[in-house]
Amino acid sequence: MKETLKDAKEYWRWQEYHRVLPDKSWKSKDTITAGVDVGSVGSKAAIMVDGEMYAWAITRTGSNSPDSAKKVMAMVLDGTGLQQSDIKYTVGTGYGRVNVPMANKAITEIACHAKGANYIWGPKVRTILDVGGQDIKAIHCDETGRVTSFLMNDKCAAGTGRGMEVFADLLQIPIEDIGKVSLSIDEEPPPVSCTCVAFAKTEAIGLLRKGWTKEKVLAAYTRAMAIRMANLINRVGLEKEFVVTGGQSKNMGIVSRVENILGVKTLPSPNWRDGGLDPMVAGATGAALFANALYQKSQGT
Amino acid sequence: MITHYGYIDGSGEFYIIIDSDKCNSCGECVKQCPQNALEMVTEFIDLEDKTVVAVTEQHRKKIKYTCSQCKPEENKTPCILACKQSAIQCVWKPQ
Amino acid sequence: MITAGVDMGIQTIKVVILKDGQVVARSKAASGFEPTKAAEQAFEEALKTAKIAKADVAQVLATGSGMDMAPFANGTTSMMGTDAKAGVHLFPTARTIIDVGAEEARAVKCDERGIMMDFVVNERCAAGAGTFIEAMARALEVKMEDMGPLSLKAERASPINASCVIFGESDVVTLIHRQESKPEIARAVFDAMADRVSAMVHRLGVNPEVVLVGGVAKDVGFVASLKRKLGINILIPENPEYAGALGAALIAANRAKGAQK
Repeated sequence: MKETLKDAKEYWRWQEYHRVLPDKSWKSKDTITAGVDVGSVGSKAAIMVDGEMYAWAITRTGSNSPDSAKKVMAMVLDGTGLQQSDIKYTVGTGYGRVNVPMANKAITEIACHAKGANYIWGPKVRTILDVGGQDIKAIHCDETGRVTSFLMNDKCAAGTGRGMEVFADLLQIPIEDIGKVSLSIDEEPPPVSCTCVAFAKTEAIGLLRKGWTKEKVLAAYTRAMAIRMANLINRVGLEKEFVVTGGQSKNMGIVSRVENILGVKTLPSPNWRDGGLDPMVAGATGAALFANALYQKSQGT
Repeated sequence: MITHYGYIDGSGEFYIIIDSDKCNSCGECVKQCPQNALEMVTEFIDLEDKTVVAVTEQHRKKIKYTCSQCKPEENKTPCILACKQSAIQCVWKPQ
Repeated sequence: MITAGVDMGIQTIKVVILKDGQVVARSKAASGFEPTKAAEQAFEEALKTAKIAKADVAQVLATGSGMDMAPFANGTTSMMGTDAKAGVHLFPTARTIIDVGAEEARAVKCDERGIMMDFVVNERCAAGAGTFIEAMARALEVKMEDMGPLSLKAERASPINASCVIFGESDVVTLIHRQESKPEIARAVFDAMADRVSAMVHRLGVNPEVVLVGGVAKDVGFVASLKRKLGINILIPENPEYAGALGAALIAANRAKGAQK
């Protein structure tokens, strides 16, 4: 039941927007393909011209997947001069991928995410940690963006955006500040012993009673979550070309601790506000690339 | 593609690991699993759809309990023994 | 011979006083933030009820996750051992004891003397223990003790994410907005817990008779789900939450006898 967080408060703020790359254009002979990623919170779409990014859009997922897919497709087409009928092939991905009406094919978000990361950061990317609102994924891929090893934790909230929200609420720290606050300590405390969020709350109350500051408690909890994530990454295989995606990539408390534990630095992420691509659209980007490859294949080229 | 089905939790690390590149779609492991925890699914590999084995959605979040009866510590579960391609492995580290 | 058992649970401390194999007093107290003080008070209260002086108690044993926080006890004893001892004392045919408390669930296999032979403990995850019922009752805005009777009204379980308390809570909020049936949500909670607990029991092999103890054993909803899941009858003692303390008092009696010889 992943759609349930739709009603929940979205702390990791992101903007709904659409973008057409100004230096790109299309001609009628070009192969236009699309990728549509219907996620639990956001729906994203990307349009490619001959396998090159042309436009993308991102919006909130509504009450059902088909309508969300239609909405984000309408957004991404806006300002491109393209119509739905110009798109040769569309791949759907994300948890709502089987309900994307315009899709020719559905491909899992893992495959699309790795393919998209390969496009966004370049072929050097090997290890991807994706921390979303309700799950954590660790992916290892090759130089073509093909997934070689992967695992997903969606069994429990520990380390996910939702788990961090619960903890931030308990300590009454605004969620957007938790990274900074968790780093505002003189010395890193030992991690909390319980990874279970429900039990960690009890443990945290005990630590506060013992006189620990909020900052110290948050640091101890963040450290426990980072250890958990580092363990997942090591399981799929760590290489130094490493990126963090998803909402928690903005939580510096998590990212810096994961870097510290693993002894690697994450690759810097592009920012769409500065004219770069958007890591949030990685899944749709990968889907549009697969769409291009599948179309070429269907044409026998 | 190597998929790790399982998790780490407060009691250890538990994974059934399936290499879909090695899987030849024979389905023998599915037949041998006493818990009915395996199924054949379609996976998209190198622009093709391939039928490969996977752990069922129902069992992924409780694999520690589902699989512990087959003694996965010894890496000789019925599914592992059934696979002539060596496509199945497990990591079982109770703390 | 008079002995006492103190079960230092995470939420509740339970005390049992045993005189020549008979329970003469029980008491409980919320653990709170000063479990040592709470345990001392509960012990005093039980002594008062039994009209027994502290000096007449041959031995006091502590058990439970906070067993080190009862300085007045003569020693400690494992939670699996106390479950086995109490289970066989209450039902001589018992060979499997399931103990579901606030933060932990255990299954213990034992012999006819109540000696523990094997055990399985859940994974320090709130979804497998009483905390789950409490959290979901809060989300459903019903009293915790009403969850069980409520769930019995449902024919089916609603599809919530019951692998995690935190995910379960957000699911419930959405389901309530959609006006889904509360009984079905309550049943989903118990079914999910029963699923985990029965998997633990299967790990040991289902050796009848099966006894259920711990605070959650009082919940009719959980009992119904567990019976359905295991497909066999389950024995439940009166005062199931005192099983740990009872087992500790029984083991204390054995130790005291051994010391006399």
